[in-house]
Amino acid sequence: MWQYIVKRLLLMIPTLIGAALVIFLLMNIIPGDVALLIIGGDQGGDINPRELAKLRTQLGLDRPLYEQFLTWLWSVVRLDFGKSLWTGAPILEEIMIRLPLTLEIAIFATIISTIIAIPLGTLAAVRQDTWVDYVVRVISIGGLAIPAFWTGILIILFLVIYFEWGPPLEYASIFQDPWENFKQLVWPIVTVGYRNAAVAARMTRSTVLETMREDYIRTAWAKGLQERVVVVKHALKNAFLPVITIIGTEIAFLIGGLVVTETVFTLNGLGRFMVDAIAHRDIPVVQTLVLFIAFSFVFVNLIVDLLYAWFDPRISYR
Amino acid sequence: MAIATPRPYPVVVGHDSALYRIWVAIWKFVRTKPLGAAGAAIVIAMAFAAIFADFLAPYDAYELNQRLQFKAPTLTHWLGTDEFGRDVLTRLIYGARIALFIGLASSFIGATGGAILGVISAYLGGKTDLWLQRVMDILLAFPLLILALAIVTVLGRSLPNLILAIAIPVIPRTARIVRSSALSAKENVYVEAARAVGSTHIRVMFHHIVPNIMAPYLIVLTAQLGGAILTEASLSFLGLGTAEPTPSWGLMLSGGAPMYAEKAPWLAIFPGLVISLAVFGFNLFGDSLRDALDPKLRHRS
Repeated sequence: MWQYIVKRLLLMIPTLIGAALVIFLLMNIIPGDVALLIIGGDQGGDINPRELAKLRTQLGLDRPLYEQFLTWLWSVVRLDFGKSLWTGAPILEEIMIRLPLTLEIAIFATIISTIIAIPLGTLAAVRQDTWVDYVVRVISIGGLAIPAFWTGILIILFLVIYFEWGPPLEYASIFQDPWENFKQLVWPIVTVGYRNAAVAARMTRSTVLETMREDYIRTAWAKGLQERVVVVKHALKNAFLPVITIIGTEIAFLIGGLVVTETVFTLNGLGRFMVDAIAHRDIPVVQTLVLFIAFSFVFVNLIVDLLYAWFDPRISYR
Repeated sequence: MAIATPRPYPVVVGHDSALYRIWVAIWKFVRTKPLGAAGAAIVIAMAFAAIFADFLAPYDAYELNQRLQFKAPTLTHWLGTDEFGRDVLTRLIYGARIALFIGLASSFIGATGGAILGVISAYLGGKTDLWLQRVMDILLAFPLLILALAIVTVLGRSLPNLILAIAIPVIPRTARIVRSSALSAKENVYVEAARAVGSTHIRVMFHHIVPNIMAPYLIVLTAQLGGAILTEASLSFLGLGTAEPTPSWGLMLSGGAPMYAEKAPWLAIFPGLVISLAVFGFNLFGDSLRDALDPKLRHRS
């Protein structure tokens, strides 16, 4: 097992370097460069060409592209992401301030949506083409169709009218002030979670549907077992593996959902940080955040794969 | 008068006409796939609104009128007016045009680009396949919305750039699905036969492999449509998609709507409802299409 984990970790490296390369090339397509942005030349002001050249040398922009890439990669490895053009603070610091909030929403939304989605999806599959199935399907397709920002706006509308709600000014940590933290994050978690639950319920339904057609399920029925035993002990147990994958795929939806949800609820998390950075054309921050998100995404998928291998007796760790 | 005149075998005549057969097919679709039919109805309504927006819209979508600011829904303005006094219904109807155009264009570009890469990758195999798949893996390391955001940042806000930003993340996802069907299509004996009689690679790919991947291609295309509309709405909502004064659904929810939520809730409710309905329609329609085209799901007991 350990050998397998190490091997998978090593296989991750080319993907990560490739992702970094994609981001690097993408950010280099931008007309003009970071030096021009720092001086403010893109605003159309007067630029001192000598100062610009000096800054470019300072930032290493006059060196060949591959050298710039390797330098950047090395600084990423040392966790030195440079400074934000907008605030002037180190980017790593800015990320660390916002990470707990985003992480908390992500984790709770995943847990809650999984708890809701798996029973619902299973129920819909077992009662295929009955009203139960239709209700679950409509709710879950609705979850995919309703944009997270609209759910958020509707919730805010409701809260403002009935509870005189105002956006939180400062993030209250779950460890210091659990109640305040709950009040701040329960609605964003519901917003993100609904969408995730929809994705998970749909996938659970289709996997259970497939499993229910297997021969051993027919055997279980033929033995005269009760429906509950057939579904829970036979079908769901085997549909459980794909469900792990579902949690993995949810992460992709989760990140997109977080960006818009944090913006709607004006929460100071990583998603909103990214939107702000794009609006300010704070390229170093955008570059770092995209890299950070891609890395976390790859990492979560690795964990999902490992869990899969761990639970599935048919997969050998070689 | 002909009212009471009995006609011999009127039904038989109807059976033969093409129109009748189409009606029977539609009726069968509605009966067996009610959700799919509902989706199709929404899609058709949306296309209708987009095409005939100039005739359907009661007002001008761009004209500003201070006196009409924040009018609640009435008989003259069915869905109310926004902070600039523009009619919400009119802007929603014109918005269908934007949403449909961006959705169709970007999912077509993304799915077709992905399909081409998928077929090439599967057909040529070997090192080309290996490298292309690695590149796709790397692109898949970016969540869809994040990649779209990064592309918009780089290219800047304009309609073609927006379409490209929504299309590019679709490419690796399609390429993967199409590649696996193309791989099995490649194993057919007639492909080998075509090569043996001296057909060029291009000919084999287009004449013998492409017809086999049309079903997955269409499935992905329709599945991406709803997603593309949603991505466009999200980008516009974040202020990084279409720009004012374009009547885009996402944009209508972006600036004013949450701010004036209490004062003018209709501004927040209707555009979101329309986005959800449109994506809902496309997803339902795509689901049923997949059920109909996927041989594995066709004969469900």
